[in-house]
Amino acid sequence: MKGCYINGMGMVSAQNLFETDFLETAVPYTTENVLFAQQPSYKELIPPAMIRRMAKGVKMGIYASTKALNEAGMENPGAIITGTGMGCVEDSEKFLKTILDNNEAFLTPTSFIQSTHNTVGAQIALGLQCKSYNFTYVNGAVSLETALMDAKMQIECDGVASVLVGGIDEIAAHTLSLYKLANIIKTEEDKPYSVINSDSKGIVFSEGASFFALEDSQKATTYAQIVDVALRNAMTSNQVTSFITNFLAANKLELSQIDAVVLGNNGDVDYDDYYEAAAALFSETPQWYYKHLSGEYNTASGFGLWMAAHCIKKQQVPSVVKKNSLERELYQKVLIYNQCRGKDHSLILLQKC
Amino acid sequence: MDALKQELKSKIIEVLNLEDVTVADINDDDALFGDGLGLDSIDALELIVLMDKNYGIKLTDPKEGKTIFQSIATMAAYIDANRTK
Repeated sequence: MKGCYINGMGMVSAQNLFETDFLETAVPYTTENVLFAQQPSYKELIPPAMIRRMAKGVKMGIYASTKALNEAGMENPGAIITGTGMGCVEDSEKFLKTILDNNEAFLTPTSFIQSTHNTVGAQIALGLQCKSYNFTYVNGAVSLETALMDAKMQIECDGVASVLVGGIDEIAAHTLSLYKLANIIKTEEDKPYSVINSDSKGIVFSEGASFFALEDSQKATTYAQIVDVALRNAMTSNQVTSFITNFLAANKLELSQIDAVVLGNNGDVDYDDYYEAAAALFSETPQWYYKHLSGEYNTASGFGLWMAAHCIKKQQVPSVVKKNSLERELYQKVLIYNQCRGKDHSLILLQKC
Repeated sequence: MDALKQELKSKIIEVLNLEDVTVADINDDDALFGDGLGLDSIDALELIVLMDKNYGIKLTDPKEGKTIFQSIATMAAYIDANRTK
């Protein structure tokens, strides 16, 4: 069975990382409860005739996927697999608002065409003229992980040599107002915001796109190997320990063999016990975190995967992502644990090549 | 008629989100599709909705569109002759 290697990555997030090598200029956010993604210049990558129709999520996805493909030198992937929790919600809102405003008449085609969840995957395929397998997973906060699992199976079991996989979620005005109304987003009174040791409910909401060019063989650009991915829809915090230890046992690993664990702490006090259980299990292990940089959204774990893969390749860990003071001489195996509101639990095991 | 042409140009820029185009960039007789403004079939649908919503004109025969949407001048002339609002 062939391995699944990350040979290229692209990221659009709340951090302005377009001119930097990694996280040199990363800034933790403590004063905004909604983090909009920093937007790169799209004109160099997307023809003006196409860009004028694209909502933010599509543009972010095209940019991040192009970066990943270029880095891996991948021209026409054997599969394009995307994950999104909310899809192209900006155009969905626009289309639905037009229905209401115009009393179900005068419906324009553009926002309808681009309101579907698979718009990003389709636009990437159209741009590349790629007619291979194209699939979009809409599975809440494990959308990206489900896409990764599919990609891994395509490479390891179906003999596909290359897969472009990514996660995209965008903020749209009406959805944002509903999230605030439902107290999913932290309030002004909760400032300063922190994802560690928080005493307030809710999250700092954000958006972004992360893409990964996966191949069945290593090359000079390889970041890490994706060894295994596991998903669990729902569980109690008491079950976190067995979820992780069973996963490690299935991969014939002891806890001590994990060189770093990446935790998706998002500062929601109601669900911190899940991360506390994972942190307690890895009390002797370096712990990294990232949602103080990326904010929280359904595919935010893509930022964690991007960050962990960078750290493995460079064997350097920026202080801004260190959750404890422990270090290892060699970061060989890194485990990423994420969950959102007590649901959509995922584990991703990465290995240095 | 000139005011209608100017209005049309600004509506087209707005509806089709022509980011780098200004009203002054569009000549009355420039082709809207192909080599001119470079619009495509999706834009044609947007223009049909624009005519209906703003001027009360319903285009039912697709063959008509080819003539009407040749340029700003042909669109303005058709609107001027057929508008219901």
